Amino acid sequence: MAEKTMAAASGKQMATSRENTRAQERYIQPPVDIYETPEGLVLLADMPGVAPNDLTIRLEDNILTIQGKAKHAIDSEPIYREFELVNFFRQFELSDQVDQEKIAARLNNGVLMLELPRAEKAKPRQIPVKVEVVKEAA
Amino acid sequence: MATWDPLDVESLQRQVNQAFERYGPQFPATFRTAFLPGRAAREYPLINIYDDENTVYLEALAPGADPASFNISVVGDTLTLSGEKRRAAGDVKPEAFHREERAAGKFVRSIELPVEIDESKVKAEYKNGLLLITAPKSEKAKPRQISVQVA
Repeated sequence: MAEKTMAAASGKQMATSRENTRAQERYIQPPVDIYETPEGLVLLADMPGVAPNDLTIRLEDNILTIQGKAKHAIDSEPIYREFELVNFFRQFELSDQVDQEKIAARLNNGVLMLELPRAEKAKPRQIPVKVEVVKEAA
Repeated sequence: MATWDPLDVESLQRQVNQAFERYGPQFPATFRTAFLPGRAAREYPLINIYDDENTVYLEALAPGADPASFNISVVGDTLTLSGEKRRAAGDVKPEAFHREERAAGKFVRSIELPVEIDESKVKAEYKNGLLLITAPKSEKAKPRQISVQVA
Protein backbone atom coordinates (compact mmCIF):
# COMPACT_ATOMS: atom_id res chain seq x y z
CA MET A 1 0.00 0.00 0.00
CA ALA A 2 0.95 3.63 0.09
CA GLU A 3 3.05 3.36 -2.99
CA LYS A 4 0.29 3.95 -5.44
CA THR A 5 -2.64 6.28 -5.36
CA MET A 6 -5.23 5.47 -7.93
CA ALA A 7 -6.49 8.37 -9.91
CA ALA A 8 -10.16 8.66 -9.12
CA ALA A 9 -11.25 8.40 -12.71
CA SER A 10 -8.63 6.03 -14.09
CA GLY A 11 -10.04 3.93 -16.89
CA LYS A 12 -8.59 0.69 -15.61
CA GLN A 13 -10.68 0.45 -12.49
CA MET A 14 -14.12 0.98 -13.86
CA ALA A 15 -15.62 -1.00 -11.03
CA THR A 16 -14.51 1.48 -8.44
CA SER A 17 -14.19 4.78 -10.22
CA ARG A 18 -16.77 7.45 -9.72
CA GLU A 19 -19.33 8.28 -12.26
CA ASN A 20 -18.11 11.46 -13.83
CA THR A 21 -21.04 12.46 -15.95
CA ARG A 22 -23.68 12.43 -13.28
CA ALA A 23 -21.93 13.42 -10.09
CA GLN A 24 -22.57 17.09 -9.52
CA GLU A 25 -20.51 17.24 -6.37
CA ARG A 26 -16.91 18.25 -6.29
CA TYR A 27 -14.34 16.11 -4.59
CA ILE A 28 -10.91 16.70 -3.15
CA GLN A 29 -8.29 14.34 -1.84
CA PRO A 30 -7.91 14.52 1.91
CA PRO A 31 -4.32 14.89 3.10
CA VAL A 32 -3.08 11.65 4.63
CA ASP A 33 -0.30 10.33 6.81
CA ILE A 34 0.67 6.70 6.38
CA TYR A 35 3.12 5.11 8.71
CA GLU A 36 4.31 1.70 9.63
CA THR A 37 4.04 0.06 13.01
CA PRO A 38 5.16 -3.42 14.02
CA GLU A 39 1.55 -4.60 13.52
CA GLY A 40 1.02 -3.08 10.11
CA LEU A 41 0.15 0.24 8.55
CA VAL A 42 -1.79 3.15 9.98
CA LEU A 43 -3.50 5.70 7.75
CA LEU A 44 -4.66 9.06 9.06
CA ALA A 45 -6.77 11.38 6.93
CA ASP A 46 -8.01 14.87 7.76
CA MET A 47 -11.68 14.95 6.87
CA PRO A 48 -13.26 17.94 8.60
CA GLY A 49 -17.02 18.23 8.52
CA VAL A 50 -17.63 14.55 7.85
CA ALA A 51 -20.01 12.88 10.27
CA PRO A 52 -19.46 9.16 10.93
CA ASN A 53 -22.67 8.34 9.02
CA ASP A 54 -21.49 10.23 5.95
CA LEU A 55 -18.23 8.34 5.66
CA THR A 56 -17.94 5.33 3.36
CA ILE A 57 -14.94 3.06 3.26
CA ARG A 58 -15.03 0.38 0.62
CA LEU A 59 -12.64 -2.36 -0.31
CA GLU A 60 -12.96 -3.92 -3.70
CA ASP A 61 -10.33 -5.67 -5.83
CA ASN A 62 -7.57 -4.51 -3.51
CA ILE A 63 -8.65 -0.90 -3.98
CA LEU A 64 -9.44 0.91 -0.78
CA THR A 65 -11.85 3.79 -1.35
CA ILE A 66 -12.43 6.51 1.21
CA GLN A 67 -15.35 8.76 0.52
CA GLY A 68 -16.88 11.35 2.81
CA LYS A 69 -19.60 13.95 2.59
CA ALA A 70 -18.60 17.12 4.40
CA LYS A 71 -21.15 19.46 5.90
CA HIS A 72 -20.78 22.87 7.47
CA ALA A 73 -21.82 23.35 11.08
CA ILE A 74 -24.28 26.04 10.03
CA ASP A 75 -26.53 25.58 7.06
CA SER A 76 -26.73 29.08 5.60
CA GLU A 77 -24.74 31.50 3.50
CA PRO A 78 -21.81 32.96 5.46
CA ILE A 79 -21.25 36.70 5.68
CA TYR A 80 -17.51 36.10 5.56
CA ARG A 81 -15.98 33.03 3.96
CA GLU A 82 -12.49 31.60 4.03
CA PHE A 83 -13.12 27.94 3.46
CA GLU A 84 -15.54 25.72 1.71
CA LEU A 85 -16.19 22.13 2.59
CA VAL A 86 -16.27 19.81 -0.35
CA ASN A 87 -16.59 16.08 -0.41
CA PHE A 88 -13.58 13.86 0.03
CA PHE A 89 -12.52 11.02 -2.18
CA ARG A 90 -9.29 9.08 -2.32
CA GLN A 91 -8.27 5.62 -3.36
CA PHE A 92 -5.32 3.45 -2.45
CA GLU A 93 -4.18 0.17 -3.79
CA LEU A 94 -3.50 -2.39 -1.11
CA SER A 95 -0.92 -5.07 -1.43
CA ASP A 96 -1.70 -8.62 -0.33
CA GLN A 97 0.47 -8.01 2.68
CA VAL A 98 -2.48 -6.35 4.37
CA ASP A 99 -4.94 -8.52 6.22
CA GLN A 100 -8.07 -7.18 4.56
CA GLU A 101 -10.43 -8.89 7.01
CA LYS A 102 -9.03 -7.02 9.98
CA ILE A 103 -9.00 -3.42 8.77
CA ALA A 104 -10.39 -1.14 11.47
CA ALA A 105 -11.61 2.44 11.07
CA ARG A 106 -12.22 5.20 13.58
CA LEU A 107 -13.34 8.77 13.05
CA ASN A 108 -12.32 11.19 15.73
CA ASN A 109 -12.55 15.00 15.64
CA GLY A 110 -12.53 15.04 11.86
CA VAL A 111 -9.62 12.65 11.50
CA LEU A 112 -10.06 9.19 10.07
CA MET A 113 -7.77 6.52 11.45
CA LEU A 114 -7.50 3.30 9.50
CA GLU A 115 -5.54 0.42 10.90
CA LEU A 116 -4.32 -2.00 8.31
CA PRO A 117 -2.79 -4.99 10.04
CA ARG A 118 -0.15 -7.04 8.31
CA ALA A 119 -1.19 -10.43 7.03
CA GLU A 120 0.27 -13.31 9.00
CA LYS A 121 2.49 -14.42 6.18
CA ALA A 122 3.90 -10.92 5.77
CA LYS A 123 4.85 -10.49 9.42
CA PRO A 124 8.53 -10.45 10.03
CA ARG A 125 9.74 -13.59 11.69
CA GLN A 126 12.83 -13.91 13.68
CA ILE A 127 14.85 -16.84 12.60
CA PRO A 128 17.19 -17.95 15.30
CA VAL A 129 20.65 -18.61 14.16
CA LYS A 130 22.33 -21.50 15.79
CA VAL A 131 25.96 -21.08 16.31
CA GLU A 132 27.88 -24.26 16.33
CA VAL A 133 31.23 -24.06 17.77
CA VAL A 134 33.53 -25.74 15.40
CA LYS A 135 36.66 -26.85 16.91
CA GLU A 136 39.52 -25.92 14.80
CA ALA A 137 42.07 -28.47 14.24
CA ALA A 138 45.15 -27.58 15.99
CA MET B 1 -18.61 60.38 -1.48
CA ALA B 2 -15.66 59.13 -3.48
CA THR B 3 -13.21 61.22 -5.39
CA TRP B 4 -10.56 59.71 -7.56
CA ASP B 5 -7.08 60.16 -6.23
CA PRO B 6 -4.27 58.94 -8.49
CA LEU B 7 -2.08 58.37 -5.46
CA ASP B 8 -4.62 56.29 -3.59
CA VAL B 9 -2.54 53.12 -3.52
CA GLU B 10 -4.80 51.35 -1.12
CA SER B 11 -7.79 51.56 -3.36
CA LEU B 12 -5.75 50.54 -6.38
CA GLN B 13 -4.48 47.51 -4.52
CA ARG B 14 -8.02 46.59 -3.57
CA GLN B 15 -9.15 46.82 -7.17
CA VAL B 16 -6.29 44.66 -8.38
CA ASN B 17 -7.02 42.09 -5.71
CA GLN B 18 -10.67 42.06 -6.65
CA ALA B 19 -9.81 41.55 -10.29
CA PHE B 20 -7.60 38.60 -9.41
CA GLU B 21 -10.22 37.11 -7.15
CA ARG B 22 -12.74 37.23 -9.91
CA TYR B 23 -10.69 36.18 -12.90
CA GLY B 24 -7.31 35.02 -11.68
CA PRO B 25 -6.16 31.52 -10.93
CA GLN B 26 -8.09 30.00 -8.10
CA PHE B 27 -6.31 28.22 -5.30
CA PRO B 28 -6.85 24.50 -5.59
CA ALA B 29 -9.63 23.31 -3.34
CA THR B 30 -7.09 21.36 -1.29
CA PHE B 31 -5.60 24.58 -0.01
CA ARG B 32 -8.95 26.07 0.71
CA THR B 33 -9.89 23.21 3.01
CA ALA B 34 -6.52 22.24 4.44
CA PHE B 35 -5.51 22.78 8.02
CA LEU B 36 -1.76 23.21 8.08
CA PRO B 37 -0.68 24.97 11.25
CA GLY B 38 3.06 25.26 11.43
CA ARG B 39 3.57 24.44 7.78
CA ALA B 40 1.88 26.95 5.50
CA ALA B 41 2.55 30.65 5.81
CA ARG B 42 -0.90 31.86 6.61
CA GLU B 43 -3.14 32.15 9.58
CA TYR B 44 -4.90 29.12 10.90
CA PRO B 45 -7.53 28.07 11.53
CA LEU B 46 -9.54 29.21 8.52
CA ILE B 47 -12.89 30.63 9.52
CA ASN B 48 -16.35 31.31 8.20
CA ILE B 49 -18.68 33.78 9.88
CA TYR B 50 -22.45 33.42 9.78
CA ASP B 51 -25.08 35.50 11.45
CA ASP B 52 -28.77 35.70 12.08
CA GLU B 53 -30.85 38.26 13.85
CA ASN B 54 -29.54 37.64 17.34
CA THR B 55 -26.39 35.64 17.02
CA VAL B 56 -23.01 35.54 15.30
CA TYR B 57 -21.59 32.11 14.49
CA LEU B 58 -17.93 31.55 13.84
CA GLU B 59 -16.94 28.26 12.28
CA ALA B 60 -13.28 27.28 12.39
CA LEU B 61 -11.71 24.47 10.40
CA ALA B 62 -9.52 22.51 12.78
CA PRO B 63 -9.55 18.74 12.22
CA GLY B 64 -7.55 16.72 14.68
CA ALA B 65 -6.96 19.48 17.18
CA ASP B 66 -6.65 18.50 20.80
CA PRO B 67 -10.02 19.55 22.32
CA ALA B 68 -8.39 20.32 25.67
CA SER B 69 -5.93 22.71 24.05
CA PHE B 70 -8.56 25.15 22.77
CA ASN B 71 -8.40 28.55 24.36
CA ILE B 72 -10.99 31.12 23.38
CA SER B 73 -11.05 34.62 24.79
CA VAL B 74 -13.12 37.65 23.94
CA VAL B 75 -12.15 41.27 24.47
CA GLY B 76 -14.66 43.75 23.11
CA ASP B 77 -15.44 42.57 19.61
CA THR B 78 -12.14 40.74 19.17
CA LEU B 79 -12.12 37.02 19.62
CA THR B 80 -8.82 35.19 20.08
CA LEU B 81 -8.68 31.51 19.36
CA SER B 82 -5.70 29.30 20.04
CA GLY B 83 -5.00 25.61 20.25
CA GLU B 84 -2.77 22.84 19.17
CA LYS B 85 -2.87 20.02 16.71
CA ARG B 86 -0.53 17.37 17.96
CA ARG B 87 1.38 14.97 15.83
CA ALA B 88 -0.85 11.93 15.71
CA ALA B 89 1.84 9.54 16.70
CA GLY B 90 4.66 11.21 18.49
CA ASP B 91 6.61 8.01 18.96
CA VAL B 92 6.69 7.02 15.30
CA LYS B 93 10.13 7.27 13.80
CA PRO B 94 10.46 9.57 10.80
CA GLU B 95 11.60 6.68 8.61
CA ALA B 96 8.40 4.77 9.37
CA PHE B 97 6.34 7.28 7.40
CA HIS B 98 5.33 6.44 3.87
CA ARG B 99 3.41 9.64 3.48
CA GLU B 100 3.23 12.72 5.61
CA GLU B 101 0.88 15.28 4.15
CA ARG B 102 -0.85 16.43 7.32
CA ALA B 103 0.67 19.14 9.43
CA ALA B 104 0.81 19.65 13.16
CA GLY B 105 1.55 22.57 15.38
CA LYS B 106 0.16 25.35 17.51
CA PHE B 107 -2.11 27.98 16.12
CA VAL B 108 -3.45 31.31 17.30
CA ARG B 109 -5.66 33.79 15.59
CA SER B 110 -7.44 36.99 16.53
CA ILE B 111 -10.65 37.78 14.74
CA GLU B 112 -12.46 41.07 14.79
CA LEU B 113 -16.16 40.31 14.71
CA PRO B 114 -18.41 42.52 12.64
CA VAL B 115 -20.75 43.32 15.54
CA GLU B 116 -20.59 43.79 19.26
CA ILE B 117 -21.27 40.61 21.15
CA ASP B 118 -22.33 39.64 24.61
CA GLU B 119 -19.01 38.40 25.96
CA SER B 120 -20.51 36.49 28.86
CA LYS B 121 -22.68 34.26 26.68
CA VAL B 122 -20.16 32.98 24.14
CA LYS B 123 -20.27 29.21 23.68
CA ALA B 124 -18.08 26.83 21.73
CA GLU B 125 -18.61 23.32 20.45
CA TYR B 126 -16.15 21.02 18.69
CA LYS B 127 -17.67 18.47 16.35
CA ASN B 128 -16.33 16.52 13.37
CA GLY B 129 -13.22 18.67 13.29
CA LEU B 130 -15.14 21.93 13.13
CA LEU B 131 -15.16 24.36 16.01
CA LEU B 132 -18.37 26.34 16.21
CA ILE B 133 -18.38 29.44 18.37
CA THR B 134 -21.80 30.88 19.10
CA ALA B 135 -21.81 34.48 20.24
CA PRO B 136 -25.08 36.28 20.97
CA LYS B 137 -25.11 39.86 19.71
CA SER B 138 -25.16 42.54 22.35
CA GLU B 139 -28.43 44.39 22.83
CA LYS B 140 -26.99 47.43 21.09
CA ALA B 141 -26.17 45.49 17.95
CA LYS B 142 -29.56 43.87 17.50
CA PRO B 143 -31.76 45.27 14.79
CA ARG B 144 -34.61 47.43 15.98
CA GLN B 145 -37.81 48.12 14.19
CA ILE B 146 -38.54 51.78 13.81
CA SER B 147 -42.14 52.57 13.16
CA VAL B 148 -42.97 55.42 10.89
CA GLN B 149 -45.66 57.72 12.10
CA VAL B 150 -47.89 59.21 9.52
CA ALA B 151 -48.54 62.83 10.28
